[in-house]
Amino acid sequence: MSRIPVLDVQGLAKQFTLHLRDSTVLQVLRGVHLQVDAGECVALVGASGQGKSTLMKCLYGSYGVDAGHLWLRTADTAVDLAQASAQQVLALRRRDIAYVSQFLRVVPRVPALDVVAERWLQASGAHATPADVQAFDNGNALAQARAAAATLLARLNLPEALWSLPPATFSGGEQQRVNIARGFIVPARLLLLDEPTASLDAANRRVVIGLIHEAKAAGAAVVGIFHDEEVRDAVATRCISVAAPAGGTA
Amino acid sequence: MTVDAQALLRVDRLGYRYPGARMGVWAVRDASLTLHPGEVVAVVGESGSGKSSLLACIAGRLSPAAGTVHYRDAADQWCDVHSLTPRALRLLARTEWGYVEQQASEGLRMEVSAGANIGERLMGQGQRHHGRLRALAQQWMQRVELDPQRVDDLPREFSGGMRQRLQIARNLVTQPRLVLMDEPTSGLDVSVQARLLDLIRVLVARLQLSALVVTHDLGVARLLAQRTIVMREGRIVEQGLTDRVLDDPQHAYTQLLVSSVVAA
Repeated sequence: MSRIPVLDVQGLAKQFTLHLRDSTVLQVLRGVHLQVDAGECVALVGASGQGKSTLMKCLYGSYGVDAGHLWLRTADTAVDLAQASAQQVLALRRRDIAYVSQFLRVVPRVPALDVVAERWLQASGAHATPADVQAFDNGNALAQARAAAATLLARLNLPEALWSLPPATFSGGEQQRVNIARGFIVPARLLLLDEPTASLDAANRRVVIGLIHEAKAAGAAVVGIFHDEEVRDAVATRCISVAAPAGGTA
Repeated sequence: MTVDAQALLRVDRLGYRYPGARMGVWAVRDASLTLHPGEVVAVVGESGSGKSSLLACIAGRLSPAAGTVHYRDAADQWCDVHSLTPRALRLLARTEWGYVEQQASEGLRMEVSAGANIGERLMGQGQRHHGRLRALAQQWMQRVELDPQRVDDLPREFSGGMRQRLQIARNLVTQPRLVLMDEPTSGLDVSVQARLLDLIRVLVARLQLSALVVTHDLGVARLLAQRTIVMREGRIVEQGLTDRVLDDPQHAYTQLLVSSVVAA
């Protein structure tokens, strides 16, 4: 019996129409096929500007797609992300799809620990009980979420003194570790990693490699861009080459 | 439009013309949208794009020339907002809905104390115990980061950002199901804005509110809203996931809006 992949991309095409530049059309992806099984990590390779990040954003839903299907198999059903409603995508992002981008989009005034804990709370839906809303408190769930966040931030060697501070003023590497913790705190079915180790030192790269191995062992389908060959060799089950269609503009 | 039973609010092909407007000039034209429970949706566009008129039509403050607004109330009954009696509409407005005005002075009663402003909706719901009203008002002042000691001060004694927080407390004290906000942070200093935005973000999540937030600031949409609607010249030109609308805008006007933002 053949296995059903967690992610099944069929004939994906993505173009950008630049209305402010004489409606120039940039054809970035065409005819992309990709299957990723549970426990697999597929590394996207190819030169800069060939559409690797574009493909990741299509998978996360930040970019719409012009043709093709993006089937994501969840616990009870399969959703074509290319056709999914905003509500469906949002529900999948709360629980099934995690995305570690290169940059942390910081929310002003929210401490690093809560940036990470928030993702746990969203996924658990734990802050939804009417009694908590009434009491204006999600004490128990929040404590649990913060404990999980603290464990992960400690593992990523983020100094505890920073946990209570908003990450806006952190260094690139510190922000990236907050971002990674946020991406890994909830076990995802589809894990998207865009250069997760770009500004990390060797020790923290090894921590991230460990986290990716654990996610794979837990059954996640991982798609990543890793310019660091050491990281790529350590985590990738296989590599897929992404190349922009010849010509670029149509 | 398919009927979405799970929705909280359905706006269908809404049209509005200001009295005396020239033929063919519509403030809002053919606007359709749906809001789901627990969802925050931003309405963005330039001044004069019809955002605030759309919000006022939804709240029943303006009568549309075309289209309908349906709201699913706490008793799970769909009602047509514009065929409610004025009395029923007022009741809805002060129990299940909140409306945060751009100018706090229009949303507050300036001649009574902060505590009385917060307590008004509770009194409207039959709470009369003075000590309890006062305690609740102080509790809410704390939640919006105002000094509860100032419960007897008049709104005019507060700064602009504080008044806006007071207005939010006044609206949320009865735990409305739907909050409409018209440019809640514009006209405030940037640091005050950030504090207010963070507060709105936390309150909306904690209280499981649904909110429709009109703003000209794409950063506000990015921070608060899961979905974003783009309006231009009274029409909705694009709507969808906030990150998709802002990162992969399809309409020429949205592309112009997004490319016009000065990055900090």
